[in-house]
Amino acid sequence: MSVEPAPAEPAADRAPLLSVRDLHVTYRSRGGGIPAVRGVDLDLGVGETLGLAGESGCGKTSLAGALLRLLPRGTEVTGEVLLDGEDVLTMKPGRLRAVRWTHAAIVFQGALHSLNPVQRVGNQIAEAIRLHSKRMGRAAVAARVGELLELVGLPARRARDYPHQLSGGQRQRVLIGLALACDPRLLIADEPTTALDVMVQAQVLRLLDELQQRFGVGIIFITHDLSTLADVCRRLAVMYAGRIVEEGPSHEVFESPAHPYTRALTGAFPVIGDSAFRMQPAGLPGDPPDPRRLPTGCPFHPRCPAAVEICPSTPVELWRAGAERSAACVHVSGAPVRT
Amino acid sequence: MSGRYLTGKVAGSLATLIFVVCFNFFLFRVVESDPVATLFRGRDLTQSQRAELTRQFGLDKSTGGQFVDYLKQTAQLNLGRSYTSNQPVWSEIKDKAGPTVALVGISAVFSAVLGVLLGIAAAWRRRTKADYSITGFSMATFSIPDFWLGMILLTVFAVGLGWLPTGGIEDPASTATGVPKLVDQAEHLFLPALTLTVAYLGEYALVMRSSLLDTMREDYLVLARAKGLRDVLVRNRHAVPNALLPVVALLAINFGFVLAGAIAVEAIFSWPGLGLATYEAIKGPDLPMLQGLFLVFSAAMIFFNLVADLLYGYLDPRVREA
Amino acid sequence: MNAVAAPSPRRITWLRRRRAVGAAWREYRRHPAGMLGLGIIVVAVAMALAAPLLADGDGLRAVNTTENPAWASPSEFGPLGTDNFGRSVMTQFIWGARISLLVGLAATVIAVVIGSVVGIVAGFFGGRIGGVLMRITEWFLVIPFLPLAIVLAAILGPSVENIILVIGITSWPQPARLIRAQVLTLRERDYVERSRALGASDWHLMTRHILPNVSPLILANTTLTVPVVILTEATLSFLGLGDPANASWGKMLDNAFEYGAVTLEAWWYFVPPGLGILLVALAFTLCGTALEEILDPRLRDRRA
Repeated sequence: MSVEPAPAEPAADRAPLLSVRDLHVTYRSRGGGIPAVRGVDLDLGVGETLGLAGESGCGKTSLAGALLRLLPRGTEVTGEVLLDGEDVLTMKPGRLRAVRWTHAAIVFQGALHSLNPVQRVGNQIAEAIRLHSKRMGRAAVAARVGELLELVGLPARRARDYPHQLSGGQRQRVLIGLALACDPRLLIADEPTTALDVMVQAQVLRLLDELQQRFGVGIIFITHDLSTLADVCRRLAVMYAGRIVEEGPSHEVFESPAHPYTRALTGAFPVIGDSAFRMQPAGLPGDPPDPRRLPTGCPFHPRCPAAVEICPSTPVELWRAGAERSAACVHVSGAPVRT
Repeated sequence: MSGRYLTGKVAGSLATLIFVVCFNFFLFRVVESDPVATLFRGRDLTQSQRAELTRQFGLDKSTGGQFVDYLKQTAQLNLGRSYTSNQPVWSEIKDKAGPTVALVGISAVFSAVLGVLLGIAAAWRRRTKADYSITGFSMATFSIPDFWLGMILLTVFAVGLGWLPTGGIEDPASTATGVPKLVDQAEHLFLPALTLTVAYLGEYALVMRSSLLDTMREDYLVLARAKGLRDVLVRNRHAVPNALLPVVALLAINFGFVLAGAIAVEAIFSWPGLGLATYEAIKGPDLPMLQGLFLVFSAAMIFFNLVADLLYGYLDPRVREA
Repeated sequence: MNAVAAPSPRRITWLRRRRAVGAAWREYRRHPAGMLGLGIIVVAVAMALAAPLLADGDGLRAVNTTENPAWASPSEFGPLGTDNFGRSVMTQFIWGARISLLVGLAATVIAVVIGSVVGIVAGFFGGRIGGVLMRITEWFLVIPFLPLAIVLAAILGPSVENIILVIGITSWPQPARLIRAQVLTLRERDYVERSRALGASDWHLMTRHILPNVSPLILANTTLTVPVVILTEATLSFLGLGDPANASWGKMLDNAFEYGAVTLEAWWYFVPPGLGILLVALAFTLCGTALEEILDPRLRDRRA
């Protein structure tokens, strides 16, 4: 990867890096299909950062998997996923394999089994490099592996280690370095800080932020922990029951959420020293709905503190909730119903 | 590999071997309380003759004394004399070890390799007809009595069709040497080796399939696919090496079964190895021979366990570089 | 108005267990392979139990009390021909089923009982007791089981009881290892801690908490141990260590081989007993595999 930062270009002149239209992901199961993603639209420009937040089971990981067609065989994926103008969902297998890692790469959660336990980490990075540049010699590949490790803050000699010899934070760094191996224009980070303790989380977030600014790579940052998103991502989208329920600039969404679910998510984080917080009830009552038996109308209404009579009967969509903001709730200004 | 792991395993094996040697002594002490009477069964012994023989065999000493004698003798590879042939047990074992090593070695290798390949094929084509037939076939061969399979193959191919010899290691009438002799021996080896291979590959196939199915759910496989690796390579480079680990653990256990199977199979095919020797020693009963064979079988098992342990350590870095 | 007394804790547990068994059975019915295995076992057991009705026991005696021709093929003397003594092979086959099944089940029970006790105690106590027990188990596993069984059988003499004992004694280490591993995971569970805090004794914990939770695994393991035991018995009998007075299928094969059935191509003598062993061992393997899939929670995700 070149060391000079990517040249800045006006956003309007460039086609979006990623453009998702009406994405549906349905898993196959004995009792029928399980809809994990129910119609998601998404746009990401070159070098832009988007945070994607929600509880477990809201569909965010399925969404990430769908972007590069990594879901289990037999899973039904419909819609359009335009990566640099090409539709990933209709690509031929050979083209898909060439595009993977070179145009978009995934930073997986750094659990112990995200890396092959019986292979040295250096080899696992080298494999990605060699897959996409056949002409690189052994020494060149080794040098590149060392370069990537140092980029993420690890000494080059760590390439000889096995995954179990690294700490959680170190493994996460390896996964980030691995994702950057082929200079992708898009990084999909799926819960990259979830398994880490707070201090290490902060370091990894700082690292991602630095890399993003240095190389101008677009990032989709997926997490259930909203507090980690506010600084790294410029825009934020919140998912619930397979759909995006709120979207907008991250600081605005974080500070004045339009959707009751987002409000509950932001309210659930302890703010040290905030006496008002201590008075508020923390946490969200109830459980996320079973995808096979979704509530009618707005799927959030059974748990919603702001629910009104029309909620169970109104099919909600993302309506305008401010400049560059939208939310799928009947209470927002752009909603076509009276509350 | 860390030196500590290596020496630890070797030391453990030696300790087990010594324990087995001691166990062997006491085990047979229970069986044969009066060797003199058994050895000279047909003849009438006077009291003084009996006393003299007892002294000669060192049987007048205390059990402790006899135990020390036994240890000394075993260390010198003096394992007594066969009741039936009157030859030293050790020389009989040496003569018959070769054919068994050939038979068991070939069968163990082929059953492992073929079994693993079948297991991989079945796991990869899960829930297809290929998977069901391989799994069914594996369970069936797992349930076959190995010597019965030998009887059937013998009847069909040797006695019935006459394609292959009916027993022994070579044609007794032939005076061939060199390559033709090897070919002759190979012909004789074919059916017994086929029997043992088929009887034991089922277990490998089932374990490999099960292990690979577990491995296929691991996260690092998704990562491998995401890098742009072809499915076949994802399987062979990432899934299979991890899935092989339980199979290596199986190697040691299965070796015991193959060894046990060799006893009956050698009997069926009159293959002149340690298995046939055991069969005949049971019929005797030729106790010194049985004692010696037990020791040799145990030593072979211990050695093979050591090899399997070291192999496992070589393949799994989590074990050897903890 | 009479108030209904609340059911006792024991009754609640009993009802819950019964429901769980019912659910497991319904689940089992959906496994075609498992049902096939169960069917074969039922047929075999029925045949063994009904032996006196199906075939005349007198026909088993070695002395030829009938005028049957020796080595008659099934076409000459049905349904399965005769052996070298002129005895009906069919009679031997039906009666042989008794011994093979009896030894198979009895020796398995012994092996699993010993293995369970060792496994539960070793897993539960850990420390020095556990270490010693596991050392013994490991050692037993290294000793080649068949030579050991041969020696023991030679010492004790050929009889059905001794064979059962010998096989039981040489087969317990495998179940012990598996059960110990399971107990180790259970030991750390919360309800064990809580019971202990309430003052439960070790005995109470082992029998009332650990044992019921290990039972499904023990059941699956038992079913899978039966084929190994049956095959071991067959091998031991074939080598001449079986009970000549109570001939199992393995002993039939020994006789067949000794008296030259192979060279005479008298397939009707050795094919049926071997086939019997194969089918019964296969049946238990199928059942055991189906049970494992139902009862082992780890395998459940794989079925999706």
